[in-house]
Amino acid sequence: MSKSSSQKGFIVEQAGLLSLIQDAGRFGAFNIGLTNGGPIDLLAFQWANRLCRNTLNATTIEISVGGLSITAQVDSTIAITGANMPLTINGEAKSLWRSYHVKAGDVVALGFATQGVRCYLAVVGGFNITPSFGSTATVCREGVGGLQGEKLQVGDVLACSQNIEQSHLNKNLLLDDKLIPNYRNEVVLHTIPSYQQHHFSSHQQRLFFSHEYTVSKSFDRMGYRLEGQVIQCDIDGILSEGICHGAVQIPADGQPIVLLNDRQTIGGYPKIGAVSSVDTAKLGQLNQGGKVRFEPISMEQAHNLFHLNLSRFNRTELIDCD
Amino acid sequence: MAQRLNIHIAGENALIIYFSDQSNELVNANISSKVQQAELLIRQAMEKELSQNIIDLVPSYASLMVMFNMMVTDHHHVRNKLRELLQHIDHELTSHTSSNDTNIVELPVYYSDESGPDLSVIAQRAQLTTEQVIEIHQAQEYRVYAIGFAPGFAYLGEVDERIAAPRLSTPRMKVPKGAVAIADRQTAIYPSVSPGGWNLIGLCPINMFDAKATPTMPVNVGDRVKFKAICKDEFIALGGVLEVNYE
Repeated sequence: MSKSSSQKGFIVEQAGLLSLIQDAGRFGAFNIGLTNGGPIDLLAFQWANRLCRNTLNATTIEISVGGLSITAQVDSTIAITGANMPLTINGEAKSLWRSYHVKAGDVVALGFATQGVRCYLAVVGGFNITPSFGSTATVCREGVGGLQGEKLQVGDVLACSQNIEQSHLNKNLLLDDKLIPNYRNEVVLHTIPSYQQHHFSSHQQRLFFSHEYTVSKSFDRMGYRLEGQVIQCDIDGILSEGICHGAVQIPADGQPIVLLNDRQTIGGYPKIGAVSSVDTAKLGQLNQGGKVRFEPISMEQAHNLFHLNLSRFNRTELIDCD
Repeated sequence: MAQRLNIHIAGENALIIYFSDQSNELVNANISSKVQQAELLIRQAMEKELSQNIIDLVPSYASLMVMFNMMVTDHHHVRNKLRELLQHIDHELTSHTSSNDTNIVELPVYYSDESGPDLSVIAQRAQLTTEQVIEIHQAQEYRVYAIGFAPGFAYLGEVDERIAAPRLSTPRMKVPKGAVAIADRQTAIYPSVSPGGWNLIGLCPINMFDAKATPTMPVNVGDRVKFKAICKDEFIALGGVLEVNYE
């Protein structure tokens, strides 16, 4: 079932496996049980917006795995960043990590990712989607955000701003090759010991921080279930409490789950710590079989990691191109 | 003398305040009202000096998680602010009991075998009649301890021991919207259709979560809820829909 709109923009020809409207996320509604949503790979999302000269919160499409194809109904400028998905515009192969002027009738198509999982498609001015609870982020489980809380479907029209003459005067932008993230199959997750950490013996904590884990077949926007060394906690459960982004839950089977953007707002499993957002972005690009290792860091180090990355992002100038 | 506030690190952008010993598994209304009080104080500050700093608050049974914006603040600043704001919280609680300003919400329930397939199971286990189970369930007020799991899902406690019931060993694939349910000593209303393992005893025709309404939910954490038995005709008149299939 498609949802038409009187406004023009891009029409979905093929929806792909999981394509979702996402802005930076929904904040301030945890108390009524609404989670954050938003981009799993925040860095790639922000680059897509910068390449379109957007504000960093502008609404994009997050494409997981691939297979999205859209046709422009208006002249516009787009940019796609993230996982290695083969991109074509009107059948011609194009590279990611740069912007392109497109004309009405142009077809933008993504194949399936060869490395990484998620891409971000930004459009100049962002997609015009009515926010719910202050955000356009789609959380399918809640039926909130995006177009009626659902993933994109064939025939959906994604409206975008029409002040295109302006944007066509601007040159296209690209990110220097050297700065494009390399999505590897192995990721180190810097983790702040927190929450019920003291309910894990020092031996169990050493086991946790010294073993490699594998991404299981259960990985999605809620969380990544890992397989490897079993970790034991001296309690089975706790009174349900707020779960932050990146929290590492250890259920009774001892296999860690790293909780991401669409996680439940509260929960009663013990948590050993929380992964820094710089690293959850990398985790979210891993497929089943991907390898991770946890490394303990202090709150201060996590703060530094965040701000060093932010500073590098802000310092980087994009390059004009044709 | 107020005891030192128990603020722990949750994650890079989140602190969690514990109002009781975490290993204590008991649900406690006194602790819950501290959570509520703290949330209120922080929300007031968020209207003013903390508006850019704190981005979300997550109250639960005995804790309050505070998420902050790392672009403009850090955990030292937030921690200090929380200590400053909450320094008198114990004192304030003892000086005026929270029961006076608590919101009491009455929710109608159509209790029956057709609207609550587990009603007779609970009755049998407790060696009571279904009428007695209904009477016990609606006799008392419940406190909203937490909201989560799904949008609008409110955890209410504590259910009378006689009608407390463990979760189903196999959760249902589909619990209808409005289902009034019991798990251990908690009770709740499913705000929308979802899978679920709680024991179903009736249906409530009131919308527990409406994204388009203001407020979106009839209850908040800290409110008190009272159930009122209604008959099938009243249920239908209030807009209730009877789900025929309990899968």
